Amino acid sequence: MSDTLFHAPAEALALPPHAAAGTALHRAGPLVRFVFRGDSGAAAKVGEAFGVSLPQTPLAAGRAGDRAALWQGPDEWLLLARPAADGPQAVDGLARSLAGELAAVLGDTPHSLVDVSERNIALLLEGPGVADLLNAHVFLDLDPVAFPVGMVTRTLFTKAEIVLWRTGSDRFVLECWRSFAPYVEGLLAEG
Amino acid sequence: MLLIHCPCCGVDRPEIEFRYGGEAHIARPVQPADFDDRQWAEFLYMRTNPKGVMAERWRHVHGCGRFFNALRDTVSDRFIAVYQTGEPRPDLSATGGEGAR
Repeated sequence: MSDTLFHAPAEALALPPHAAAGTALHRAGPLVRFVFRGDSGAAAKVGEAFGVSLPQTPLAAGRAGDRAALWQGPDEWLLLARPAADGPQAVDGLARSLAGELAAVLGDTPHSLVDVSERNIALLLEGPGVADLLNAHVFLDLDPVAFPVGMVTRTLFTKAEIVLWRTGSDRFVLECWRSFAPYVEGLLAEG
Repeated sequence: MLLIHCPCCGVDRPEIEFRYGGEAHIARPVQPADFDDRQWAEFLYMRTNPKGVMAERWRHVHGCGRFFNALRDTVSDRFIAVYQTGEPRPDLSATGGEGAR
Protein backbone atom coordinates (compact mmCIF):
# COMPACT_ATOMS: atom_id res chain seq x y z
CA MET A 1 0.00 0.00 0.00
CA SER A 2 1.44 3.32 -1.03
CA ASP A 3 -0.10 6.69 -1.58
CA THR A 4 0.86 10.34 -1.35
CA LEU A 5 1.16 10.29 2.45
CA PHE A 6 2.14 6.74 3.34
CA HIS A 7 4.72 4.63 1.63
CA ALA A 8 5.97 1.28 2.77
CA PRO A 9 8.85 -1.02 1.93
CA ALA A 10 7.93 -4.03 -0.16
CA GLU A 11 8.55 -6.59 2.55
CA ALA A 12 5.49 -7.23 4.69
CA LEU A 13 5.43 -7.98 8.41
CA ALA A 14 4.23 -11.34 9.68
CA LEU A 15 0.54 -12.11 9.99
CA PRO A 16 -1.06 -15.27 11.41
CA PRO A 17 -1.75 -18.16 9.02
CA HIS A 18 -5.50 -17.76 9.47
CA ALA A 19 -5.45 -14.19 8.14
CA ALA A 20 -7.58 -13.85 5.00
CA ALA A 21 -5.71 -14.05 1.70
CA GLY A 22 -4.62 -10.64 0.48
CA THR A 23 -4.29 -9.18 3.96
CA ALA A 24 -0.97 -7.46 4.54
CA LEU A 25 0.80 -5.51 7.26
CA HIS A 26 3.58 -3.01 6.52
CA ARG A 27 5.54 -0.61 8.65
CA ALA A 28 5.30 2.77 6.94
CA GLY A 29 8.30 4.91 6.05
CA PRO A 30 9.25 7.89 8.19
CA LEU A 31 6.82 10.78 8.65
CA VAL A 32 7.03 14.16 10.29
CA ARG A 33 4.54 14.33 13.15
CA PHE A 34 3.41 17.15 15.39
CA VAL A 35 1.00 17.20 18.27
CA PHE A 36 -0.73 20.56 18.12
CA ARG A 37 -2.92 21.88 20.92
CA GLY A 38 -4.78 25.16 20.88
CA ASP A 39 -8.22 26.73 20.57
CA SER A 40 -10.22 26.98 17.34
CA GLY A 41 -8.61 30.31 16.42
CA ALA A 42 -5.11 28.88 16.69
CA ALA A 43 -6.27 25.75 14.82
CA ALA A 44 -7.55 27.88 11.93
CA LYS A 45 -4.15 29.59 11.60
CA VAL A 46 -2.32 26.26 11.69
CA GLY A 47 -4.69 24.78 9.13
CA GLU A 48 -3.96 27.59 6.72
CA ALA A 49 -0.19 27.35 7.11
CA PHE A 50 -0.13 23.54 7.14
CA GLY A 51 -2.28 23.18 4.03
CA VAL A 52 -4.87 20.94 5.67
CA SER A 53 -7.62 22.50 7.74
CA LEU A 54 -7.79 21.01 11.22
CA PRO A 55 -11.13 19.19 11.61
CA GLN A 56 -13.38 20.49 14.39
CA THR A 57 -15.70 17.48 14.13
CA PRO A 58 -14.86 14.77 16.66
CA LEU A 59 -13.08 11.70 15.24
CA ALA A 60 -12.59 13.32 11.83
CA ALA A 61 -9.46 13.42 9.70
CA GLY A 62 -8.45 16.02 7.14
CA ARG A 63 -6.12 15.11 4.34
CA ALA A 64 -4.58 16.86 1.36
CA GLY A 65 -1.74 15.50 -0.73
CA ASP A 66 1.17 14.44 1.43
CA ARG A 67 -0.26 15.89 4.66
CA ALA A 68 -3.00 15.00 7.13
CA ALA A 69 -4.51 16.47 10.30
CA LEU A 70 -6.15 14.00 12.67
CA TRP A 71 -8.60 15.02 15.40
CA GLN A 72 -7.44 13.68 18.77
CA GLY A 73 -9.43 15.79 21.20
CA PRO A 74 -11.40 19.05 21.24
CA ASP A 75 -8.18 21.07 21.27
CA GLU A 76 -5.68 18.50 20.07
CA TRP A 77 -4.62 17.32 16.63
CA LEU A 78 -1.97 15.00 15.25
CA LEU A 79 -0.36 16.52 12.14
CA LEU A 80 1.32 14.20 9.65
CA ALA A 81 3.56 15.22 6.75
CA ARG A 82 5.63 13.13 4.42
CA PRO A 83 9.24 14.26 3.94
CA ALA A 84 10.76 14.42 0.46
CA ALA A 85 13.15 11.56 1.23
CA ASP A 86 13.48 8.77 3.79
CA GLY A 87 16.76 9.81 5.37
CA PRO A 88 16.94 11.34 8.85
CA GLN A 89 18.13 14.66 7.38
CA ALA A 90 14.97 14.97 5.27
CA VAL A 91 12.74 14.19 8.26
CA ASP A 92 14.60 16.57 10.51
CA GLY A 93 14.69 19.28 7.85
CA LEU A 94 10.95 19.18 7.20
CA ALA A 95 10.21 19.03 10.95
CA ARG A 96 12.31 22.13 11.57
CA SER A 97 10.93 24.11 8.66
CA LEU A 98 7.32 23.18 9.51
CA ALA A 99 7.82 24.06 13.17
CA GLY A 100 9.23 27.42 12.09
CA GLU A 101 6.36 28.14 9.70
CA LEU A 102 3.69 27.21 12.23
CA ALA A 103 5.35 29.15 15.03
CA ALA A 104 5.53 32.18 12.72
CA VAL A 105 1.80 32.18 11.89
CA LEU A 106 0.84 31.51 15.52
CA GLY A 107 2.93 34.32 16.97
CA ASP A 108 1.63 35.12 20.44
CA THR A 109 -1.44 32.87 20.16
CA PRO A 110 -1.37 30.45 23.09
CA HIS A 111 -0.68 26.96 21.81
CA SER A 112 1.47 23.88 22.17
CA LEU A 113 3.34 22.39 19.23
CA VAL A 114 5.45 19.30 19.91
CA ASP A 115 7.54 17.41 17.38
CA VAL A 116 6.80 13.70 17.86
CA SER A 117 8.17 12.52 14.50
CA GLU A 118 10.37 9.86 16.04
CA ARG A 119 7.97 8.92 18.85
CA ASN A 120 5.44 7.14 16.68
CA ILE A 121 5.55 4.61 13.91
CA ALA A 122 2.73 3.93 11.48
CA LEU A 123 1.57 0.44 10.60
CA LEU A 124 -0.40 0.01 7.39
CA LEU A 125 -2.98 -2.76 7.33
CA GLU A 126 -4.94 -3.67 4.25
CA GLY A 127 -6.94 -6.54 2.92
CA PRO A 128 -10.27 -8.24 3.46
CA GLY A 129 -9.43 -9.55 6.93
CA VAL A 130 -8.00 -6.47 8.62
CA ALA A 131 -11.02 -5.62 10.77
CA ASP A 132 -11.07 -9.16 12.15
CA LEU A 133 -7.34 -9.07 12.85
CA LEU A 134 -7.64 -5.74 14.64
CA ASN A 135 -10.67 -6.82 16.61
CA ALA A 136 -8.58 -9.47 18.35
CA HIS A 137 -6.94 -6.57 20.20
CA VAL A 138 -9.04 -3.44 19.61
CA PHE A 139 -12.33 -3.27 21.49
CA LEU A 140 -14.16 -1.04 19.03
CA ASP A 141 -16.95 -1.86 16.63
CA LEU A 142 -15.11 -1.73 13.29
CA ASP A 143 -18.23 -2.25 11.19
CA PRO A 144 -18.19 0.37 8.41
CA VAL A 145 -21.43 1.82 9.81
CA ALA A 146 -19.98 2.37 13.29
CA PHE A 147 -16.44 3.15 12.15
CA PRO A 148 -16.70 4.67 8.65
CA VAL A 149 -13.88 5.46 6.27
CA GLY A 150 -12.12 8.61 7.43
CA MET A 151 -12.79 8.10 11.14
CA VAL A 152 -9.76 8.38 13.39
CA THR A 153 -9.54 7.80 17.11
CA ARG A 154 -7.19 7.13 19.94
CA THR A 155 -7.93 3.81 21.56
CA LEU A 156 -6.24 0.82 23.12
CA PHE A 157 -4.60 -2.10 21.34
CA THR A 158 -4.71 -4.58 24.23
CA LYS A 159 -2.49 -2.53 26.58
CA ALA A 160 -0.83 -0.17 24.10
CA GLU A 161 -2.38 3.19 23.26
CA ILE A 162 -2.73 3.63 19.51
CA VAL A 163 -4.27 5.98 16.99
CA LEU A 164 -6.49 4.06 14.59
CA TRP A 165 -7.47 5.67 11.29
CA ARG A 166 -9.64 4.02 8.67
CA THR A 167 -8.37 5.16 5.28
CA GLY A 168 -10.43 2.71 3.22
CA SER A 169 -13.15 0.10 3.65
CA ASP A 170 -10.45 -2.52 4.28
CA ARG A 171 -7.50 -0.25 4.98
CA PHE A 172 -6.34 1.02 8.35
CA VAL A 173 -3.43 3.09 9.57
CA LEU A 174 -2.33 2.27 13.10
CA GLU A 175 -0.03 4.76 14.80
CA CYS A 176 1.65 3.60 17.96
CA TRP A 177 4.60 4.63 20.05
CA ARG A 178 7.88 3.32 18.68
CA SER A 179 8.65 1.50 21.92
CA PHE A 180 5.30 -0.30 21.73
CA ALA A 181 5.84 -1.37 18.10
CA PRO A 182 7.35 -4.82 18.89
CA TYR A 183 4.41 -5.48 21.21
CA VAL A 184 1.79 -4.41 18.66
CA GLU A 185 3.49 -6.15 15.73
CA GLY A 186 4.01 -9.28 17.79
CA LEU A 187 0.37 -9.46 18.80
CA LEU A 188 -0.73 -8.86 15.20
CA ALA A 189 1.57 -11.67 14.06
CA GLU A 190 0.05 -14.02 16.64
CA GLY A 191 -3.49 -13.09 15.57
CA MET B 1 -17.92 -4.97 28.56
CA LEU B 2 -19.41 -1.79 29.99
CA LEU B 3 -19.89 0.89 27.35
CA ILE B 4 -19.57 4.52 28.44
CA HIS B 5 -20.82 7.41 26.34
CA CYS B 6 -18.21 10.15 25.95
CA PRO B 7 -20.03 13.50 25.60
CA CYS B 8 -16.99 14.97 23.90
CA CYS B 9 -16.48 12.31 21.21
CA GLY B 10 -20.21 11.61 21.00
CA VAL B 11 -19.74 7.83 20.87
CA ASP B 12 -20.03 4.83 23.16
CA ARG B 13 -16.65 3.43 24.07
CA PRO B 14 -15.48 0.44 26.15
CA GLU B 15 -14.77 1.21 29.77
CA ILE B 16 -11.06 0.35 29.49
CA GLU B 17 -10.58 3.64 27.61
CA PHE B 18 -11.77 5.54 30.70
CA ARG B 19 -10.45 6.36 34.14
CA TYR B 20 -12.54 7.05 37.19
CA GLY B 21 -11.96 10.51 38.64
CA GLY B 22 -13.80 10.48 41.95
CA GLU B 23 -16.89 12.35 43.04
CA ALA B 24 -17.95 15.32 40.91
CA HIS B 25 -18.90 18.82 42.04
CA ILE B 26 -16.31 19.02 44.83
CA ALA B 27 -15.28 22.68 44.74
CA ARG B 28 -11.80 23.52 45.94
CA PRO B 29 -11.99 26.13 48.72
CA VAL B 30 -11.12 29.65 47.62
CA GLN B 31 -9.09 30.32 50.76
CA PRO B 32 -7.72 26.99 52.03
CA ALA B 33 -5.59 28.84 54.58
CA ASP B 34 -8.77 29.90 56.39
CA PHE B 35 -9.76 26.27 56.94
CA ASP B 36 -9.07 24.52 60.20
CA ASP B 37 -7.94 20.88 60.19
CA ARG B 38 -11.43 19.47 60.46
CA GLN B 39 -12.74 21.50 57.51
CA TRP B 40 -9.69 20.61 55.44
CA ALA B 41 -10.11 16.91 56.21
CA GLU B 42 -13.78 17.21 55.23
CA PHE B 43 -12.80 18.69 51.88
CA LEU B 44 -9.99 16.21 51.21
CA TYR B 45 -11.44 12.93 52.37
CA MET B 46 -15.14 13.02 53.07
CA ARG B 47 -17.29 11.84 50.16
CA THR B 48 -20.97 11.04 50.01
CA ASN B 49 -20.53 7.40 48.89
CA PRO B 50 -24.24 6.91 48.20
CA LYS B 51 -25.96 3.63 47.50
CA GLY B 52 -27.70 4.66 44.30
CA VAL B 53 -27.18 7.57 41.94
CA MET B 54 -23.81 9.29 42.25
CA ALA B 55 -22.29 12.16 40.28
CA GLU B 56 -18.76 11.23 39.26
CA ARG B 57 -15.89 12.56 37.22
CA TRP B 58 -14.59 10.34 34.46
CA ARG B 59 -11.77 10.88 32.02
CA HIS B 60 -11.63 9.48 28.49
CA VAL B 61 -7.92 8.99 28.97
CA HIS B 62 -7.31 6.67 26.00
CA GLY B 63 -9.55 8.72 23.71
CA CYS B 64 -10.09 12.45 23.58
CA GLY B 65 -8.38 12.88 26.96
CA ARG B 66 -11.20 14.98 28.39
CA PHE B 67 -12.80 14.90 31.82
CA PHE B 68 -16.57 14.80 31.96
CA ASN B 69 -19.21 14.12 34.58
CA ALA B 70 -21.55 11.18 34.77
CA LEU B 71 -24.47 10.05 36.89
CA ARG B 72 -24.01 6.38 37.70
CA ASP B 73 -26.07 4.07 39.80
CA THR B 74 -23.62 2.48 42.23
CA VAL B 75 -25.92 -0.51 42.72
CA SER B 76 -26.52 -1.49 39.10
CA ASP B 77 -23.36 0.13 37.65
CA ARG B 78 -25.63 1.70 35.00
CA PHE B 79 -24.68 5.09 33.58
CA ILE B 80 -27.79 7.23 33.71
CA ALA B 81 -26.46 10.45 32.19
CA VAL B 82 -23.22 12.02 31.05
CA TYR B 83 -22.65 15.75 30.89
CA GLN B 84 -19.81 18.18 30.34
CA THR B 85 -17.61 19.45 33.12
CA GLY B 86 -18.96 22.75 34.40
CA GLU B 87 -22.59 21.89 33.70
CA PRO B 88 -24.90 21.46 36.70
CA ARG B 89 -25.95 17.99 37.77
CA PRO B 90 -28.97 16.94 35.65
CA ASP B 91 -32.26 16.90 37.50
CA LEU B 92 -33.46 13.32 37.14
CA SER B 93 -36.79 13.93 38.84
CA ALA B 94 -37.79 16.19 35.94
CA THR B 95 -37.05 13.56 33.30
CA GLY B 96 -38.51 10.67 35.26
CA GLY B 97 -35.54 8.43 34.46
CA GLU B 98 -34.19 5.48 36.36
CA GLY B 99 -32.60 7.65 39.03
CA ALA B 100 -35.84 9.43 39.81
CA ARG B 101 -37.16 6.64 41.96
